[in-house]
Amino acid sequence: MSEPIVVDLGPLAQIAQGQGKCFEIKGQRVAVFHGRDGKVYAIQHTCPHRGGPLADGLMGDGLVICPNHGHKFNLSTGEGSEPGERVKVYPARIVNGMIQLEFLA
Amino acid sequence: MKKQRLVVIGNGMAGARVVEEIIERSPDKFEIIMFGAEPYGNYNRISLSNVLNQTKTVEDIFINPLDWYQKNNILLYTGARVVAIDRKDRRVLARKLTDGEAAYLHDAPTRTRAGLMEEHYDQLIIATGSRPAVPPLEGFGLAGTFVFRTIDDCRHIAGYAEKCHKAVVMGGGILGLEAARGLLTHHLEVTVLEAAPQLMPAQLDQEAAAILEQSLAAMGIRVLTNVRASRIEGREGRVSGVALSDGRVLETDLVVVSIGIRPITEIAGEAGLAVNKGIICDDQMRTSDPSIFALGECIEHRGKLYGLVEPIWEQARVLADILTSSDPNARYEGTRAGTKLKVMGVELVAIGEKDPSDPADELIVYRDPYRRVYKKLIIRNGQIHGAILLGEIEFADTLLRLYSSGGALPEKHAELLFGSVTGATMINAKDLPDQAQICNCNGVSKRVIVDAIVNKGCSSVSAVGDKTKAGKGCGSCKGLIAQLIEWKRGQVEYDPRENYYVPGVPLEKSQLVAQIMQKHLTSVSAVFQELASGKEDPDSKTGLASLLKILWPKEYQDERDARFINDRVHANIQKDGTFSVVPRVYAGVITPQELMKIAQVAQKYNVPMVKLTGGQRIDLLGVKKEDLPHMWKDLGMPSGHAYAKTMRTCKSCVGIDFCRYGLGASIKLASVIEHRFQGIETPHKMKMAVAGCPRNCSEALIKDVGVVAIEGGKWEVYIGGGAASIIRKADLLCVEESEEAVVRTIGRFMQYYREHAKYAERTYSFVARLGVEVLKNILIKDSLGINAQLDERMQTAVDAYCDPWQEADIPAYPSQFEGPQLVQVLKDVENNG
Repeated sequence: MSEPIVVDLGPLAQIAQGQGKCFEIKGQRVAVFHGRDGKVYAIQHTCPHRGGPLADGLMGDGLVICPNHGHKFNLSTGEGSEPGERVKVYPARIVNGMIQLEFLA
Repeated sequence: MKKQRLVVIGNGMAGARVVEEIIERSPDKFEIIMFGAEPYGNYNRISLSNVLNQTKTVEDIFINPLDWYQKNNILLYTGARVVAIDRKDRRVLARKLTDGEAAYLHDAPTRTRAGLMEEHYDQLIIATGSRPAVPPLEGFGLAGTFVFRTIDDCRHIAGYAEKCHKAVVMGGGILGLEAARGLLTHHLEVTVLEAAPQLMPAQLDQEAAAILEQSLAAMGIRVLTNVRASRIEGREGRVSGVALSDGRVLETDLVVVSIGIRPITEIAGEAGLAVNKGIICDDQMRTSDPSIFALGECIEHRGKLYGLVEPIWEQARVLADILTSSDPNARYEGTRAGTKLKVMGVELVAIGEKDPSDPADELIVYRDPYRRVYKKLIIRNGQIHGAILLGEIEFADTLLRLYSSGGALPEKHAELLFGSVTGATMINAKDLPDQAQICNCNGVSKRVIVDAIVNKGCSSVSAVGDKTKAGKGCGSCKGLIAQLIEWKRGQVEYDPRENYYVPGVPLEKSQLVAQIMQKHLTSVSAVFQELASGKEDPDSKTGLASLLKILWPKEYQDERDARFINDRVHANIQKDGTFSVVPRVYAGVITPQELMKIAQVAQKYNVPMVKLTGGQRIDLLGVKKEDLPHMWKDLGMPSGHAYAKTMRTCKSCVGIDFCRYGLGASIKLASVIEHRFQGIETPHKMKMAVAGCPRNCSEALIKDVGVVAIEGGKWEVYIGGGAASIIRKADLLCVEESEEAVVRTIGRFMQYYREHAKYAERTYSFVARLGVEVLKNILIKDSLGINAQLDERMQTAVDAYCDPWQEADIPAYPSQFEGPQLVQVLKDVENNG
């Protein structure tokens, strides 16, 4: 297994507050969210239920709601509202207004 | 303590049900041994006709499969018929049936015990049920003659029917008619013979029977009444015809006999128990031997025999209460049940007496011969004594409930047949007796609900539901539960969450609106901050955004993260994350230039599907988010809002422009309506239509708002129609003299709906909830004096509207129309923390 790499995703300001944006890194789609709490979260973009685009979901209170069928996921733990559903979580942080993601290739 | 041995003779609906009830009360009290003559677990005999007509499979109708018996440690002998009860030694003797032997026949008394199974009992339950009556008719027994009682009968009939063309059903009662309908499914020509002058003589009056006969004839079932079979004729051992009492001979390949059922009582009689027509039982289901009980179709209780399922359920409950001592005083006092004919294509419920018997009886009859609808009600001393509902049975549940439990009737008795104009419930639950079943889905009685209210502190409908399961099925009894709470506590408390406008702000809509106005909150984040302790509930965002936009047409701060993705990018998200583009086509009228433009755009952007919508528009499906603004610009047409909770379209017929029947300029009016109300935020989407004459080609009567031109230059305005998950015909709100008045009235209704509906409540629910009379008073008679304000606020909203597709030029927020962004990872950098 390879070491995690740190990926620069550019300025936080490119994502509207309270919304997400999809990035594609080495073939993996990652949904990055800019919370109204000022924090940044990153999870797998594709909903494990039926492939809905999670970056387009409504977020709040540490959760995101998939726009397609309303399944919810915890942005920090990846835990889903439906039994057996979980998304991958990527550690992310803001450094000098720029988003950095830890990415395991 | 050593368990008592409980032996149950019969594994039909009664035997299995009483065992279920016993296990539920006291899982460990008994060692349970059951004998079933059929080689299966327990199944729903009522559904056999569904198996014959192929709407259900045999598997569908099993209630308890064989492994249920194992799981509950029940020893079940299948295919075993009890042949004797030895009361002295407390033993039952049973014989294993051979393959193909009919389950319901009787073995002659035997003295030898050789080869028989024996089981000792402490308590015994007889649930042998009934067997089909068979006439002493020459020829019955030939190949192709059947009775209709068990799964095996059903299989044999279906198998034999394959090589047949014609069938005769003897018996025009419920079961005979269900069998006849089932045979129709097997492509047979079916004739029903009934000895009485009419069908279902036990349940129907002559008029209803005649209408039923017509309905069956329309399906292809021939009915001959006043006629008996005198002989079944055969050829080479197979049925070839039925000779009738009037001398005619009907050719047929198959005969099903269904002339009634007879209780199976022989083993009880031979054991010396008191037997009349059925095994005689007292109110605790005890036979003349105190350690032997009986229930179901084999018993006679207070001189009555029962052939329905409701009495079995009640008897099983009482018997389980007695045997487990969970209620030693439980009593069965008889059942007043109705019958329902389950023949596909015919709706029929019959209750109690079929004709009045006392000159003082009140008789209400409604006939609609053209639609084959017939309704009849017999009321005596303020109680329902009989009812027939044929063709329309929507109020059958209420009638059955009132009939079986004797509750007070509504003041206007006709409401029992047609419902009340106001939609109020017709029963007051407080007048029902304690044992009346309130929740039919989960079988919860008034007594249990009242106990939850009085002794367990339940003061809301949902609290009662949590405690008792009442109201948790279809929910239609919630009104009755609320009445009981009101009766015992003075008022119904609502689980406040049920009535919050959004789940994350603890206020009802009116309270929320008051707070928003008072505190001048113009953004969703401000509402969370001020009214929800700062907690940003994602489930509440879209509802709040909608409300704020309605309340503050000009000042609303559009925080796009509070909106659903559709409203962020003004397009409808599809299953694969792409979007659809629907430009507005006012009143469905489009120019050749616009059509060409749409075609060019579809080609340029490789749109995977171009589809005509139900709203007279063109849908471009499968569009990437990043293409949206470019397509909008290329189209040069305004947004059709096919993604939003706003007015969607106003569909129109061609009206007087071209149609030779047109009475009004429907296209012109639809276009005015669509221009005026486009993009106006509403609690749910609104679909509208204008029809140029009452022929209604634009389907105005099933729209949220429908306008219909009538003679004299007038327009009818309808509201609250819909053809979605439910179908509702719109209610007539008013008739207007001019197009201007129509537009004003629609605006008024929309504004009232905007201000008072729940989020995501369609107009068909909203109008049904309030009642059109209430809305007429407010919006037409101006009973609240608010119309001028409604008009003014709607005008402000119209003035504030701008086409959202103009965001093509200036995005509303960063990355609004960006697809997934490819990130180049130039080199792998080691992570140092």
